[in-house]
Amino acid sequence: MEAYWEPVWLTLKLAAVTTLILLVAGTPLAWWLAKSRNWWRDLIGSLVALPLVLPPTVLGFYLLLLLGPAGPIGRLTQGLGWGTLAFTFPGLVVGSVLYSLPFVVQPIRNAFEALGERPLEVAATLRASPVQRFFDVALPLARSGFLTGAVLGFAHTVGEFGVVLMIGGNIPGETKVLSVAIYDHVEALEWGQAHWLAGGMLLFSFVVIFAMYRMEKRWR
Amino acid sequence: MHGKTHFIATAALALWLSVAPTADAAELRVAVAANFTAAMQTLAERFQQLSGHRLRVSYGSTGKLYAQILQGAPFDVFLAADQRRPRLLQQQGLASGRFTYATGRLVLWSARQAGATSPGEHTLTEARFHKLALANPKTAPYGAAAVSVMRKLGVERRLRDKRVTGESVAQAYQFVASGNADLGFVALAQVALDDSGSYWLIPQALYPPIHQDAVVLKRGDAKPAATEFLAYLRSRAARDVIARYGYGTD
Repeated sequence: MEAYWEPVWLTLKLAAVTTLILLVAGTPLAWWLAKSRNWWRDLIGSLVALPLVLPPTVLGFYLLLLLGPAGPIGRLTQGLGWGTLAFTFPGLVVGSVLYSLPFVVQPIRNAFEALGERPLEVAATLRASPVQRFFDVALPLARSGFLTGAVLGFAHTVGEFGVVLMIGGNIPGETKVLSVAIYDHVEALEWGQAHWLAGGMLLFSFVVIFAMYRMEKRWR
Repeated sequence: MHGKTHFIATAALALWLSVAPTADAAELRVAVAANFTAAMQTLAERFQQLSGHRLRVSYGSTGKLYAQILQGAPFDVFLAADQRRPRLLQQQGLASGRFTYATGRLVLWSARQAGATSPGEHTLTEARFHKLALANPKTAPYGAAAVSVMRKLGVERRLRDKRVTGESVAQAYQFVASGNADLGFVALAQVALDDSGSYWLIPQALYPPIHQDAVVLKRGDAKPAATEFLAYLRSRAARDVIARYGYGTD
């Protein structure tokens, strides 16, 4: 029974870690994308949006090469004494951060853009420093963007499959996440077990999206 | 307007080409266990030349293909990596004409050149490596064979944390080839004609023989091309090719 629930906890852990990293690293990125007038803003913006359209196999393939012993990231992690990251939980985190990046950055960026210059200018006339303007004005006003980004990033990571299948190695407790466990049960014709996990997943996804719609309205 | 007519003409031509090849040439859909990929590519090419039939081949783990066939996947012929699943299909009235087309061998393969580090039994018992790839034992016969080897050598528990599982033996091979795993249990056929890396041919005593059976599926029953292809598989010429990839063909 413990082994049966293991993929669920692992998936929640992966989604939580990924969302946290994306919120921390994605916020300054979203801010820059929203505010910069630099010509290469669209270049970076396109790169961030790429995982929306790329097949997961493309990400999986390049990650295998990058994380492998001959790849640049593989060399770095080996140099640091961590070994290679394929088939490890940190490896999945790297993959998930890339894979879910646009789902977190885009809503936050939209929220920042929707703010306009006005509230920040008003705050400036009240002698708020740039840091204060960001934390006390922009962040609270953009909260619905953060909510959407966090929920989408979390849910999208829970729903990840192709990348994990390619770089995970299906290790119980380490890389065997929910979607892979379901696939495994189906392939092995263990449909009873597949039903419980898949049905739970369906319910979970619906509740998350429904709750997000309800909360977004209230937070505006 | 002109562009549209042109498009319709091209489409009609393409359609005609696809449905009206030479009189008795047929198209056959074949489901093939992943370990047999390389051999099948050679066989398919020769059979197509000989017969004029066209083969569309899908590769995957035996268990996965079996599940797909149960769900009505449109295959005419199934080349499995075990005897159990073809037999089950036959019992359910979904297949006929079962025979053993190859007997596979399991190897422990390393992508490193032969030398002091060539894999052997000691590699498994000493366990001085990070990751060991194998195919999913639930769906892939070569994965199940790998588990029985580890069990026989008494290292199953010790190697548990080093195991990484591929969907099929093809993915297990890829994990090693890409350098992400140090070693892998793969089919001899995957490495036999390839001089990169080194392998240990695992003694037959350590795992039950991998007899690989072929069957004609219900959908292929009425197709002469399916019977022709299975007859070709039994032919001297085909058996020579199969043997060249390291399979037993008795």
